[in-house]
Amino acid sequence: MKKAPLIILILFGVTLLYFTSWLPNLGELQSLQHRERSPIGSQVAAAYYIKFAGQDAASPNVVTVILADYRSFDTLGEIIVILTAGIVCCLILRKNL
Amino acid sequence: MTSSSNNPILIIASRLLTPFIQLFALYVIVHGHYGPGGGFQGGAMLAASIIFLRLSLGTEISQRIFKKTWGIPLGILGAIVFFSTGLLTLVFGGTFLEFNELALPGLSKAELHFYGILVVEIGVSIAVMSILISIFDDLSGESDCD
Repeated sequence: MKKAPLIILILFGVTLLYFTSWLPNLGELQSLQHRERSPIGSQVAAAYYIKFAGQDAASPNVVTVILADYRSFDTLGEIIVILTAGIVCCLILRKNL
Repeated sequence: MTSSSNNPILIIASRLLTPFIQLFALYVIVHGHYGPGGGFQGGAMLAASIIFLRLSLGTEISQRIFKKTWGIPLGILGAIVFFSTGLLTLVFGGTFLEFNELALPGLSKAELHFYGILVVEIGVSIAVMSILISIFDDLSGESDCD
């Protein structure tokens, strides 16, 4: 009975390693998510971000520009989620508000 | 309500380490444009430094650096800093959070985006820091049922 979890774990690890070998290499231009055009021919957003993030916001970190500029609505929502969590903790757990 | 530790090594080490943790957190926030980092990470590190003081020095003494009642108001302040930059761009005639519409003299549109991102990150870091500390205080506060 004790061997079943171990066998499942090993099988899971082998499966993960097998499918990891299918991943594209870092920075490979021909992989699907790094192409400029999708297979249908429309423009891919990621290629735009990588190309123009440095010019649009004068900062070399693409991740920051995406998080706080292109997708700042998303970050605003995250802040509101955190604020709600804090307020709810305060309302439930604090005895003397 | 965490009580003060009796271990002098822990107390002195926490008092020595905390300013450096906070300084590195500020570096992470401000350096978010050029390297890994940003508001969430820096705010979490600021919160970690103060929670470290809460755990080692106890709740009463560490009130001097961050009071228990500041948590929720400062979190709301951080969200307001974020939101008001978006409202300012609306006032100047752009869409919400379109930083290049801010009419500050002497700055190009890319630089306006740069400083807009900086203000947004500062708001995020204030909110994350104070909310994390507030949740820690709430979770640790009522355990001894005074």
